Amino acid sequence: MTEQWHVAQVVGTTPVTASARAVTLAVPGFAGAVAGQHVDVRLTAPDGYQAARSYSLAAVGADERVELAVDRVPDGEVSPYLVDELRVGDRMEVRGPLGGWFVWRPEDVGPVQLVAGGSGIVPLAAMVRARRDAGPEVAARAPFRLLYSVRTPQDAFFADELEAAVDLTWAYTRRTPPGWPRPARRLDAADLAASTFAPSDDLTVLVCGPTAFVETVAGLLLEAGHDPARVKTERFGGAS
Amino acid sequence: MAVVSRGFGGRREPTEKPLPPGQFLTEDFPVLSAGPTPNVDESRWEFSIHTETGEAHRWDWAALQAMDAEDVSTDIHCVTRWSKLGTGWRGVPLDAFFADVETEDDFVMAHSYGGYTTNLPLDDLLDGKAWLAYEFEGEPLAPVHGGPVRLLVPHLYFWKSAKWIRSLVTQADDVPGFWEQNGYHAYGDPWLEQRYS
Repeated sequence: MTEQWHVAQVVGTTPVTASARAVTLAVPGFAGAVAGQHVDVRLTAPDGYQAARSYSLAAVGADERVELAVDRVPDGEVSPYLVDELRVGDRMEVRGPLGGWFVWRPEDVGPVQLVAGGSGIVPLAAMVRARRDAGPEVAARAPFRLLYSVRTPQDAFFADELEAAVDLTWAYTRRTPPGWPRPARRLDAADLAASTFAPSDDLTVLVCGPTAFVETVAGLLLEAGHDPARVKTERFGGAS
Repeated sequence: MAVVSRGFGGRREPTEKPLPPGQFLTEDFPVLSAGPTPNVDESRWEFSIHTETGEAHRWDWAALQAMDAEDVSTDIHCVTRWSKLGTGWRGVPLDAFFADVETEDDFVMAHSYGGYTTNLPLDDLLDGKAWLAYEFEGEPLAPVHGGPVRLLVPHLYFWKSAKWIRSLVTQADDVPGFWEQNGYHAYGDPWLEQRYS
């Protein structure tokens, strides 16, 4: 089933930040996505040239709908098209849902610590939304905390919605809101100690962001005593 | 017949040679790992091969360094769609490790420090097709890319090239490894685009 490409039509686009946009696709035949999964998106030019990329789902739940949130990679081939050019009615192809590891299901029991860097929030936002939509019993069974690192307040994805849905701590790395108590700096051990669940046998930690961010956070988590087997990571971008 | 995406031109940079279907070229070296990077010191690193008889063959870092190494220039292809051309590695071909290993098994499970696993046919590790690599572009292999030692099986998608390699265990059946249990293809030939199960 995942081998099959589905025709997708854009039914909505919403700005998320100055460089990112949410895209909603109607995709007949697409079903059963789990929060944290991704899809492959394929674009075809009039002469038949194709380019495909993977994007995490920003929300799950409604079958035959795909919700993406795409950040523009400055020199990218596909993301500038999705962020700047795409409009309602346009068509592309989608394959998925894909991936069975970096996921959260409403039937999962136990606390969950989410740590996001930049656009790495996307699969974690899908988890926050899935938990919210599953109702208070699930929320009581699976306490969530989210530590979200962004360069500036303007770079945050889904700020209001996330604040309403989850115990959220912001970590600004370049510029803070006026009067913010924590100076702008990269995440450190003190941030993790103050704003994340302590290690425990039933805790799941999910970290998503640029490679250097995930390397740093995963290292700090292990130093804080977390079991590496309980820390799941998803990275994007390079490392020298 | 694929649908055309209005307004999409694509970049179609001229590549030196054709890429496997659905791949794009990167100059970067992206990282894909399911969990934290384990820190495996060379002094602690050990590699072993285990067969159906219970026999184990073991090598430590000094033994690895004493073996005949090769410089390998190869293209690598990640299932997340990036390809990187002409990467330079140094390592020891798996043939050298299997020289004294006798097994009737046709498959192997690779095990890594940190718990990662991936399954391969034994034939895909032999005849100069796979290495234990410990240098990348003339430098010791960085932990984030699988150092001190990773499996290098460049003719398959790169998740088969297990980072932080610790052991190979032969198996009679092609029992799936970590990503292979999580939606990815059992074999992973990039030219046949065997991405997903």
